[in-house]
Amino acid sequence: MMTHEALIEVVGLVRLFGTTRVLDGVSLTVGSGEAVALLGPNGSGKSTLLKIVATLLRPTRGTARVLGHDCVRQAEAVRSVLGLIAHGAHVYDDLTALENLRFWTTLSGLPADRERLMAALGDVALERHADVRVRTFSVGMKRRLALARLALARPRVLLLDEPFAGLDQRGRKWLQGRLETFKASGGAVLMATHSFGRELEIADRLAILAGGRVALDTPRAALGADDVQRLYAAHTEEAAL
Amino acid sequence: MSYARRALIVAWKDLVVERRSKETLNALLFFSLALLFVFQFTLGPDRERLAAVLPGVLWLGFILSGVLGLGRTFLVERDNDCWEALLLAPGDKSAVYVGKLAASLALMLVVEAIVLALFTLFFNVDLWPVLPGLALVIVLGTLGIAAVGALFAAMTAQVRTRELLFPVLLLPVLVPVLLGTVKATEALLLREPLTSVAHWWQLLVAADVVYVVVGLLTFDVILEG
Repeated sequence: MMTHEALIEVVGLVRLFGTTRVLDGVSLTVGSGEAVALLGPNGSGKSTLLKIVATLLRPTRGTARVLGHDCVRQAEAVRSVLGLIAHGAHVYDDLTALENLRFWTTLSGLPADRERLMAALGDVALERHADVRVRTFSVGMKRRLALARLALARPRVLLLDEPFAGLDQRGRKWLQGRLETFKASGGAVLMATHSFGRELEIADRLAILAGGRVALDTPRAALGADDVQRLYAAHTEEAAL
Repeated sequence: MSYARRALIVAWKDLVVERRSKETLNALLFFSLALLFVFQFTLGPDRERLAAVLPGVLWLGFILSGVLGLGRTFLVERDNDCWEALLLAPGDKSAVYVGKLAASLALMLVVEAIVLALFTLFFNVDLWPVLPGLALVIVLGTLGIAAVGALFAAMTAQVRTRELLFPVLLLPVLVPVLLGTVKATEALLLREPLTSVAHWWQLLVAADVVYVVVGLLTFDVILEG
């Protein structure tokens, strides 16, 4: 089995919202060049886990580390190496695609020359829409623009919450290709998803969250779509009981 | 240099978004116009009565339109979860505060310039001789309002009752700014020497310095929630 340097390391993570225990001792690692898909029913803590790793939420107990940096005490160091795509695309509707990229790259202290930004838009097939306001973009186009923004920041770790939501078949295939390239460059991907289809092919491991815990953490390669469905049903129903 | 660039890009973004959407500018202008019209209608042509209340009327217009506009400063960040991305952007978050403050200041000054022009028209007052002094009071007063307003707007942006909470928090803190600006404006309109109200100027400048420094030091914590 291939070993990976751990880029994301989560140990004994607990998160309470009031008296509700959303995460109850989650431990997980994602290595360099590896993608882990988080599966689980609504409310199982997938988004909460991503937010803690992204430094947007503090854990009640336990630790989360990205490239060895503690997500609470060294949040700034963590933020400099990760990229997040969550439910919102992190773009301003009243700016054009190019202006959005210029804004975020400048704010992150990165070079924002037009050639570099246009090349990033070209990578996501949005160069023809560079001067069009994002308000007119479809969900898929906004998602591609968000990916162009992330690519400019060159993160080592990608956190994706439902990355395929709103994308058509072509968009899904395109995103899969991008993620494969990212993995090949040594990046780590942690993605929360409800998909059991071809999108899961990007994942090297599946982690099923149920009852606030990692109910199953297994390599994906040997599993077909039916196997994933069966495992998911078995572990989530078991946790519900 | 990077800090200044980051602050400038935030101000640029807010002003471009506002120029295109015109959401805040239109609301502020119509609100200020309605306010001036009501005051003009209520106070009538009595010159003595007008002279006594004009500084208060002018600043009431500025502060109410300011509260209306500043309350919206961070709402644009809620769309598409841009708030999250602001948090995740590496670097000193106070640059975001400086940018937000600069954009709010610019927007408020544009509205105030238009309101001032309408004010001279509605109340038939000649402001030309006192314009440089008045402009300084307005800039200092608006800086104080925008400095504390941008901070409280960030604090209340994620709160459900923000429309209620924002003015409740803001207005009591603005008392030193309001006292300083109204007294300095009164002295200017009555053609009194500015030295006669030096202590009000000092209060105004001190309040500005305190508000801006507090904003710079605490914005990071407020943004993190």
